[in-house]
Amino acid sequence: MNSASQIPLLTALQAAEPARQPAWRRQSRDAAWQWLAKHGFPTARDEAWKYTRVAPILAVPFQPAAAAPNRRLSAARLAQWLGDYGGPRLVFVNGHFAARLSALAGLPAGVRLGNLAALPQAERAALEPLLTHSLQVAPHAFGALNAALGEDGAVLQIPAHCTLERPIHLVFLADPGATPLAAHPRSLIQLGAGSRASLVESHVASGAGGYLSNSLSEVVLEAGATLEHYSLQDASRSAFQLACLDVRQARDSRFAAHLTACGAAIGRHEVRVALEGPGAQVALDGLYLPGGEQHLDNQTCIEHLAPYCTSRERYKGVIGGRGHGVFDGRIIVHPGAVKSDASQTIKNQLLSATARANAQPRLEIFADDVKCAHGAAVGQLDRQAIFYLRSRGLDEPAARALLTYAFVGEMLEAIRLAPLRSQVERLVAAQLRGLEVTP
Amino acid sequence: MLEIEDLHASVEGHEILRGISLRIGAGEVHAIMGPNGSGKSTLAQVLAGNPSYQVSGVARYQGKDLLDLPAEARAAAGIFLAFQYPVEIPGVGNLYFLRTALNAIRQQRGLEELDAMDFLALAKERMQLVEMDPELMNRALNEGFSGGEKKRNEIFQMAILQPSLAILDETDSGLDIDALRSVAAAVNALRSAERALLLITHYQRLLDYIVPDYVHVMANGRIVQSGDKDLAVELERHGYAHFDAPAAAGEGS
Repeated sequence: MNSASQIPLLTALQAAEPARQPAWRRQSRDAAWQWLAKHGFPTARDEAWKYTRVAPILAVPFQPAAAAPNRRLSAARLAQWLGDYGGPRLVFVNGHFAARLSALAGLPAGVRLGNLAALPQAERAALEPLLTHSLQVAPHAFGALNAALGEDGAVLQIPAHCTLERPIHLVFLADPGATPLAAHPRSLIQLGAGSRASLVESHVASGAGGYLSNSLSEVVLEAGATLEHYSLQDASRSAFQLACLDVRQARDSRFAAHLTACGAAIGRHEVRVALEGPGAQVALDGLYLPGGEQHLDNQTCIEHLAPYCTSRERYKGVIGGRGHGVFDGRIIVHPGAVKSDASQTIKNQLLSATARANAQPRLEIFADDVKCAHGAAVGQLDRQAIFYLRSRGLDEPAARALLTYAFVGEMLEAIRLAPLRSQVERLVAAQLRGLEVTP
Repeated sequence: MLEIEDLHASVEGHEILRGISLRIGAGEVHAIMGPNGSGKSTLAQVLAGNPSYQVSGVARYQGKDLLDLPAEARAAAGIFLAFQYPVEIPGVGNLYFLRTALNAIRQQRGLEELDAMDFLALAKERMQLVEMDPELMNRALNEGFSGGEKKRNEIFQMAILQPSLAILDETDSGLDIDALRSVAAAVNALRSAERALLLITHYQRLLDYIVPDYVHVMANGRIVQSGDKDLAVELERHGYAHFDAPAAAGEGS
């Protein structure tokens, strides 16, 4: 129905395709374009895109971003701005690896950390099926766009029984200019059996301009591997920030994700988890704080495919101004996934009469002997609690701020890396000030 | 200290207080008794400045028009309400909250803020006075506290904030006899010639431990009888049956 040639989003992007490219890349690119031509972009009739209107994204003639380094940036300033977590840092500016801003040293032998575009062709080709996994199992238009246009991103491969003591920091920096740019970073994170690592993703902008960030991270955890994955989304307030995190977990592996989303005009954060081996555990935490005219959408899908797996989801939204927060969480317990244990809670707090929240738990259970609990709550600050605090001397703004901080406090406490926690606290405090919540 | 004349209060069109007049002097202890639904708790909430009520009439506190002041200004002026149902606030530490409250009041009074060390010393001393379990200090405000622990925490807050007029709303409910004795001892320790107390209770039991100077009976939104402490004993013997039937406003209003 929406022919690609009529969509301003695609005009420049599609034209910029390289003339010469290897056959395997040509093939996967063609497959992505074909999918897009056949299915088009989602509309409000697509359940997973019901609340996120893509029309404003499609209307912008984004240009492909060139690798043009910003000379004002330095590694030291970046560390000061985004925090230094003591481990290696990979920086991508407008989707392109910036070696000058990155620091890759200090990793144990056998660990591969680098950028996708720098890999030799043969190795790069071998990773393509892993990078297109989510497009195979849960295709959508922006995933196809990432597959067609994404050229660079992080590659992290950790051998079996290797522990990374220090977190790896992936920085996706948008450096918006006069023309709106699009970037489609795609990353691959593979943890061998029994290995352990933690990872911090920062999605930030150096300016207030508009851009499209359409990122994909593929995570593969072998048996008994453990990954803590933190994501800080502080995009420009006029940006479109789409992210997909696709996770596959083997037997007894553990995955914990922690999202904090503050930025973007339209933000959509999708997490898909396939619990493929028995005893795998996943915990997803998400905090989203839209204000102004911001729209922040969270889509999660956890599939229990094997017995004895555990999933925990906890999302909280604080929504001010005319902001809109969305959570849609599917939990699918497949036949045979006995003794599955799933729980999901969603709590939204509305700070203004014009703030909106939608919370949609969706449980699809096809196995016996499972435990599934879910709860969703949308509320305003409790009037009796505000009066209680005021009767003790706090004025109304202070009382409201105290209650709002208390609401988000639980999510901040769950961040185990102390320097990251203070970074997130600063980010959240700044966002809450924007929502007129002053401590 | 407090002069109330013809005070009316209603919520969502239901009139609950129908003309209360009361004078409380410095150092005095007044008790208000009455059946459920008589408006006792509403009087407490209205005096503390709950904005949910539409209020008319006159209430002067230390010569100021009380009804003009928002709740936080009343707190700064020295009014304290020990809630019948203290609110649980997960995520806010008990001590952190109390220091924030004390400093908010000090700031409104133009005093310097108390730093964490000085505050901790004060808190430890007052904790002993109310025989409060120190373990509760590091928990979230009232979260998971038993009924008795919540009431004791209210008196602990009173001991920290040092009000001039303390209104204790059914502080005895939820306390067993030992807890009642120790909480009453703490309240008695806080009695002084400058501080007035207004006790709101359904039962005479509390008044055996905190002996009032005056007892008032409330029914149907009005004070229908006033007397000295003997009135409480009489009420205990005869009940509230011969006063007006409770107003339609319902339980705990």
